[in-house]
Amino acid sequence: MDSGAELFDQATPHGSQPPTVPVFGVDPYADDFLTDPYADYEAFRDAGPVIRLSRYNAYAVARHEQVQAVLTQPDIFCSSAGIGLTNFKKEKSWRTPSIILEADPPDHGPKRRILTRILSPAALKKLREEFERQAAFFVDRMIEKGTCDGIKDLAEAYPLKVFADAVGIPAEGREHLLPYGDLVFNAFGPINERFEKRMASAGATMEWIKTICSREALTPDGFGSQLYAAADAGDLTEDEAALLVRTMLSAGLDTTIFTLGNAVVALARHPEQWALLRDDPSLARAALEEVMRYESTFQSFYRTTTQPTELAGVRIEAEQKIWVGIASANRDPRRWEDPTRFDILRRASGNLAFGTGIHGCVGQMIARMEGEIVLRTLAERVAELVPAGPPTIHFNNTVRGFSAMPLTVTAKAS
Amino acid sequence: MPSITFVLPDGTEKSVEADPGANLMRTALAADIASIVAECGGAAMCATCHVYVDEPYAALFPPVGEVEDEMLDSAAEGRSTASRLSCQLTMPDRNITLRIPASQQ
Ligand code: HEM
Ligand code: FES
Repeated sequence: MDSGAELFDQATPHGSQPPTVPVFGVDPYADDFLTDPYADYEAFRDAGPVIRLSRYNAYAVARHEQVQAVLTQPDIFCSSAGIGLTNFKKEKSWRTPSIILEADPPDHGPKRRILTRILSPAALKKLREEFERQAAFFVDRMIEKGTCDGIKDLAEAYPLKVFADAVGIPAEGREHLLPYGDLVFNAFGPINERFEKRMASAGATMEWIKTICSREALTPDGFGSQLYAAADAGDLTEDEAALLVRTMLSAGLDTTIFTLGNAVVALARHPEQWALLRDDPSLARAALEEVMRYESTFQSFYRTTTQPTELAGVRIEAEQKIWVGIASANRDPRRWEDPTRFDILRRASGNLAFGTGIHGCVGQMIARMEGEIVLRTLAERVAELVPAGPPTIHFNNTVRGFSAMPLTVTAKAS
Repeated sequence: MPSITFVLPDGTEKSVEADPGANLMRTALAADIASIVAECGGAAMCATCHVYVDEPYAALFPPVGEVEDEMLDSAAEGRSTASRLSCQLTMPDRNITLRIPASQQ
């Protein structure tokens, strides 16, 4: 779907705008937009450095340069008014806002510091061996089955085991984690039918989430307990520790699941790229980075202006929502050579799939570790990775992924 | 325009000009300083943009931030009092020298 822009008309209610901001009426949360958003993103980028999405009364940035500029000026483009379409300064949020993702300095730093310590590369080294063992288990099971589902059997199963174990969540009830994540990421978009539907069926899930974020429910050595230890040390309150456990679960699971799924789908659809990886498993980390650039899981979110400002020559008033298109930035030909090509040999670092700046994903090193281990294990053990049917897209307002990818896999000769 | 002199692990030097206010990690990447990896792209999460800033240049920068402080403990090559994450620093208005560690990962 492609939609042309009209130029901003001085006679509209936003008459104070310069008339040169291109306006798009398209709904970026509609099924047909989400099915293949990339042509629309191209139209957004080509129209100008800053555009307007009239349907949601928001500005939008879709080019790499402006996306990066917005994310690295948190004093002007803030997160505390919500990183979704809802403006917390004017409307109530559907849940207590996250105390890290949706906080500004100086409140943000002390919380970020604690999560940084728990999720730092040095801290993650201890988990690597167990993560590798589990990846071997799930990949071998796929090989035994022969025909399997790359999403259910690997992309979902693996983080539900290793990440939930690492946080310290009981094994019982983990099926609630997926609908919860789905709700959270729908909520960063508009209150549309998709969100309402998830919300209507979320009662039991919300209850369960509340219970397992408590001190008593968590295993003694996981990330969750480490947050409560920070509370004991006086660095957090008890309530803040619970909220940060919740943040880890909502921000850390669906995102990783969809990313692993996007990797499986991209590799199955590009046999020549799969062959490169299979023949050299040491490419796994670079391959994951390219998956993140090519098919970014978290496609877009918002910032809100704290003051009147100017971006790429466009004047923007205070209190304006700005759609930040990280997935579009990752395909901007002004930044990337041949951006629509999936190429695991390219230097994909510098992509914005984890955001950047002070809110840049605090879980990115564990997400990279999970992704690298899964892709390396596939490359080491699997010979053929061939689609046995088309993938099924999973519709969500802000994250992109698949709910099924039928595959035929065969073992590598050992 | 002021310049940065990178002292590479083998002792050789490379100088590049940088606008005041430019991010030092991005400047190093643009100058192809191979031992700056910067995997996290500047989110202070990977510690692979570690540099040493010795006196008198250290005084040109604000003190180590709280998140930066946490992450420097993950630096592959030993942390010293001169250790900084280059992604957290911007170019001052005069010439500086940065020492690059031999390993980042
Ligand atoms: C591939 C998987 C992941 C993707 C694509 C992803 C994406 C992102 C993005 C784009 C942001 C920035 C949002 C913004 O700027 O407003 C972010 C922030 C965040 N992520 Fe992730 N994430 C992933 C995995 C994780 C994991 C595993 C965890 C937890 C262990 C996590 C926890 C967080 C938290 C707490 C923040 C907020 C950081 C802050 O505001 O300082 N994420 N993530
Ligand atoms: S670029 Fe990752 S810590 Fe600086």
